[in-house]
Amino acid sequence: MFRFIVRRLLQLIPTLFGLSLLLFIWLRRLPGGPETAILGERGTPEMRAAIRRNLGLDEPILVQYARFVRRLIRLDLGTSTSTKRAVTTEFIERFPGTVELTIMAMIIAIGIGIPLGYLAARRRGRLLDHLSVGGSLIGICIPVFFLAYVLKAIFSENLGWFPSSGRQDPTLGATRITNFFVLDGLMTREWDAAADAIWHLVLPGLALASIPLAIIVRITRASVLEVLNEDFVRTAEAKGLTERTVRNRHVLRNSMLPVVTSIGLLTGGLLSGAVLTETVFAFSGIGAFVAESISQRDYPVLMGFIMIIAVVYVLVNLLVDLSYSLIDPRVRVR
Amino acid sequence: MTITSGKKKEKIDRLAELAARDDERGVSLWQEAFRRLRRNPAAIVGAVILALFVLVALVGPFLVPYAPDAQLWKGEVRENIGYIPGVRAENWFGVDHIGRDEFSRMVVGARQTLLVGVVATLIGLAVGSLIGGIAGAAAGLGGRWGRALDNVLMRFIDMLLAMPSLLLAISIAALLGAGLTTVMIAVGVVSVPVFARLLRGSMISQANSDYVLAATSLGVKKPKIALTHVVPNSLAPVIVQATLTLATAIIEAAALSFLGLGNNDASIPEWGVMLADAQRYLDAAPRLAILPALAIIITALGFTLLGEAMREALDPKLRK
Repeated sequence: MFRFIVRRLLQLIPTLFGLSLLLFIWLRRLPGGPETAILGERGTPEMRAAIRRNLGLDEPILVQYARFVRRLIRLDLGTSTSTKRAVTTEFIERFPGTVELTIMAMIIAIGIGIPLGYLAARRRGRLLDHLSVGGSLIGICIPVFFLAYVLKAIFSENLGWFPSSGRQDPTLGATRITNFFVLDGLMTREWDAAADAIWHLVLPGLALASIPLAIIVRITRASVLEVLNEDFVRTAEAKGLTERTVRNRHVLRNSMLPVVTSIGLLTGGLLSGAVLTETVFAFSGIGAFVAESISQRDYPVLMGFIMIIAVVYVLVNLLVDLSYSLIDPRVRVR
Repeated sequence: MTITSGKKKEKIDRLAELAARDDERGVSLWQEAFRRLRRNPAAIVGAVILALFVLVALVGPFLVPYAPDAQLWKGEVRENIGYIPGVRAENWFGVDHIGRDEFSRMVVGARQTLLVGVVATLIGLAVGSLIGGIAGAAAGLGGRWGRALDNVLMRFIDMLLAMPSLLLAISIAALLGAGLTTVMIAVGVVSVPVFARLLRGSMISQANSDYVLAATSLGVKKPKIALTHVVPNSLAPVIVQATLTLATAIIEAAALSFLGLGNNDASIPEWGVMLADAQRYLDAAPRLAILPALAIIITALGFTLLGEAMREALDPKLRK
């Protein structure tokens, strides 16, 4: 197991190397080049020349790339041109919000998706099956930002059940420790602050959950249908086990493998920042900041965030592979 | 001895005859898949939606009552009090936020949306199939160089997959600057890894089949086997994926428009841009958002239904 992890981590190196190369080229090819990325549109020619000298852009390309990689390894991703703060600081401050939102969305998607997919498979061809399959198709086809606006318009602006934006009511004056607002509330026993933070997560969580939910329903349904046809299920029934035992011990457990895999991959995708959902709900996570940095042409932020997100994404996928071998003894690595 | 061999010959001849006749009556994989597709109501619904969409996209722009970019009712729009003329006799879908006929814009927008979806998918299909096809052929031909080439190409694909798709599209769009071409390229590049992996995987699984062995033993050159035998037989999952990608391409294009990276030419209406623009007028005229959103959802649904039905029809596991 340990050797497997080490081998997988070593395999990351070429991927990361390639990514850094892509980003390096990307940054150099940007309209106006890096000096525009730093100065914005305003710089004078003299300022541009100074910046070029400062950044060492007059040196050989390999030297420049080496310096770029050295900075990446030191996690020095430059300074945001819009907030004038280090890109890594901005990321660390915003990542907890995205993590909370991702957890909320996945709780919704898994909590509804697995039971619904399972029931649809058990009642194959009946109304519930058709509804859940049809619903999941529509869930995939709705543009997420449109769904977010609809949810906001109905449940926040018309019915007033949920807040329409932000992560927490600032008038509560909640104590900040980790920037995970829910966790902070629980740790400081400010229960109302924690509840308020959860309340703020519901609508964006629902919008973000739409696609994972649809995918989980479909994969669960397909997987359960396949397992129901397996010989061992018939054997279990034939030897007189109760329906409940067969269902829980044999069908459900064996059908969960593809579901767990897809849950892992979906979580990785969500962690990479719900750019659209966070923007609609003005939720200060990494996604909303990415969207903002696009309109601000804040290229250091865009590049730095993409690099960190790619690393997070790859690491999550690694965890998924590892959990795969924990669940299914058949694919356990030696 | 001679009698038995004669009998044997007769038997073989009869078998050959039967086989030949069987071949005549036999249907190819595609014919059978098509037959199954026709019996699937989901496929019919999807096909009808798509036929209507393509018809509107091709013919519609010639029949619209007004030019899509003419601000004919500009004077009637009162943005400050949130008044935008709604559905009425001369404007079937009402007027948009700067006084243009929404119906004409929706119809002309269908063409742009189809164009974005098709071109983006074609980019992904062409580049992805090229990379996947070369990798698959290299892996199948074997040898040290073949495996090395396959390895390099697939690591490149893994790198593209290491970036979440929307972020990849965003970074490409940031590089190229907002515009219709940008959206097509960005959305197309995002789908490259899927096509590449599919074609490669499909080719590698086909490489072990009996007909490849047969062709090899007949002395057909390996590159020729790869090109004329393996590739055509590996295309089915790629074509299914292309249908499904058309749906996601339209949705992803809308997302890029929402982020301000989409079509910046205001005279050409496109559903994604219309939907993105309408977010600011949700209170005054929700229909401006709902109409393009519905159009996008229904079209994406059509492609998805047809794609899924095709996948089912071509799945060898379901064929009986």
